[in-house]
Amino acid sequence: MTISDPGSWNIETSLPRLTAFTMGNELADLADGRDDIVVLTADLMYSNGTREFADRHPSRFHNLGIAEQNMVSVAAGMAASGDRPYVATFASFAALLAAEQIRTDLAYPALPVRILAHHAGVAMGFYGTSHHAVEDIALMRAIAGMTVASPCDGNAIRAVLRATVDLPGPVYVRLGRGAEKPVYDTVPHVDPGHFLRLRDGRDLTIIATGVAVHPALEAAEALLSRGIRARVLDAMYIKPIDRASIRAAAADTGAILTVEEHNPNGGLGGAVAEVIAEERLDTAFQRHSLPDGYALVAPPTHLYRHYGLDAAGIEDRAIGLLGHG
Amino acid sequence: MRHTTVLHRDRATSLAELGDRAEWIRLETIRLVDIAKSGHYSSVFSCAELLAALYYNTMRLDPAVPSWPDRDRLLLGKGHVAIGIYPCLADLGYFPIDWLDSYTRLGSPLGDHPDMTKVPGIDFSSGSIGHNLSVGIGMALNARRRGSDAVIRVLLGDQELNEGQIWEAAMAAAHFGLSNLVAIVDANGWGLDGPVGEVMGIEPVREKFQAFGWTTDEVDGHDMRAVVGALRHDPSAARPHAIVARTQKGRGVSFMEQTPFWHLGYLGPEDRQRAETEIRTRMTAG
Repeated sequence: MTISDPGSWNIETSLPRLTAFTMGNELADLADGRDDIVVLTADLMYSNGTREFADRHPSRFHNLGIAEQNMVSVAAGMAASGDRPYVATFASFAALLAAEQIRTDLAYPALPVRILAHHAGVAMGFYGTSHHAVEDIALMRAIAGMTVASPCDGNAIRAVLRATVDLPGPVYVRLGRGAEKPVYDTVPHVDPGHFLRLRDGRDLTIIATGVAVHPALEAAEALLSRGIRARVLDAMYIKPIDRASIRAAAADTGAILTVEEHNPNGGLGGAVAEVIAEERLDTAFQRHSLPDGYALVAPPTHLYRHYGLDAAGIEDRAIGLLGHG
Repeated sequence: MRHTTVLHRDRATSLAELGDRAEWIRLETIRLVDIAKSGHYSSVFSCAELLAALYYNTMRLDPAVPSWPDRDRLLLGKGHVAIGIYPCLADLGYFPIDWLDSYTRLGSPLGDHPDMTKVPGIDFSSGSIGHNLSVGIGMALNARRRGSDAVIRVLLGDQELNEGQIWEAAMAAAHFGLSNLVAIVDANGWGLDGPVGEVMGIEPVREKFQAFGWTTDEVDGHDMRAVVGALRHDPSAARPHAIVARTQKGRGVSFMEQTPFWHLGYLGPEDRQRAETEIRTRMTAG
């Protein structure tokens, strides 16, 4: 450690600040009790916190270098031999660069590989479009046999990892940048395919996922001062989609607003819209997402504010949906 | 170990018998393509000796327990040669012989490209060129961690080596020192559109693998004695090993040799007769 200025930071010293990146610790804990868990990353163990797993289980950690397609197929070979591999890399490279390996080598043979796709959405901010993943929910949702999870904080990540450890087939776990504000004080229990109800209300349901969950709760609080009582659902799993919760939201509140850090094409909003249309649910409905374009360059929090994915933006959309504008 | 049905490594099968097996693989390929009315002939013909040697001499297998963790594996980079493997698996007892008659028909477990979830004895699904050397690394890492001496072999085409993922895998295999991984390149010299050197040149293949840190060998892929010798795994190996098998596309049926056009096709009754007669003549002569 050569850093003396407390204002300085580097990749190594930043790791403890990524408090929402609980997967390295959680996987290391899970691996204490079973010998089939292996972790692979692509030259990113400091960026995603799998370093902790590497320290505690070095023989079961493999750094594949900057070769994501190879990494996914290597994990497939391990899974076909009885291992339960977790591959961790940026969502943009996992879901887009290695999409065909995920489809053909993981999903088609129904192998239990978990993809820890971190820095999803625009979490990479000013690093730009190459590092953004605003299409990944749609891509992964389109793959048969894939479970798509989108935990919103460190405890939710632990919940998803625990709930899916023995789930058959592949799981895509969409993650942020490790700096997400806590939504859960403890590790919640939620089965794959279910939303979590964080707040109840009868005027509107906000279904949010990932980094949008915390501001959705803040927006619900602010809406209360206008006399609007919002139900807030955490879409911790997007595939399979929680049809029962959507049905209940339509019946109980008559208005549904989906919020996601994704472009408007085929993400959470699309999944909810399919259910509303197919089941002929009588409800007002609006999707709130990033635009169908490529995001500007800015720090992520500035982008969330700019694109209305902060509490104020979500509140505005909710008011608009209810025609209270 | 209760593995009474284990087929041991480097069995004492005679070269003449193995040669006949290679010809039988060609005949079975012709028979199965006739069911589908479309199929990959010449890609199988180029590696028929390799497949015969692997299944009837080299690999340690247990057809009664297809998922036996210590079995040797054969993965297909060139998944379209599954048609040459299905008859071997059926003959060795992995699945009923009559499955072969269902080849490519609605709901059959046997498609042009192999599906590990449907076909006992298929170690991994394939079809997308360039993936399976990486899959082999995963299996080799698993075997090493478990203390298994299973040998993982991956059959690659030479035009397949254009895929970037192959070289990601070549790098990783050497980095991890995977002495239990063997790449076999069926270097038949042809892609779909012409000679490999014209479509997208990849030579010198052997030197490329050497430069990536592999040990290498180069053999005449139709010389059964040489093939059997090259496939014998060295238990003292310290690095991954690449065998470049120099072969001929379409080998064994004179009018199908050394042309890209029989990569995919169908033989009408007269040509089928001609092809089968030529192959059978060699068998009786051999």
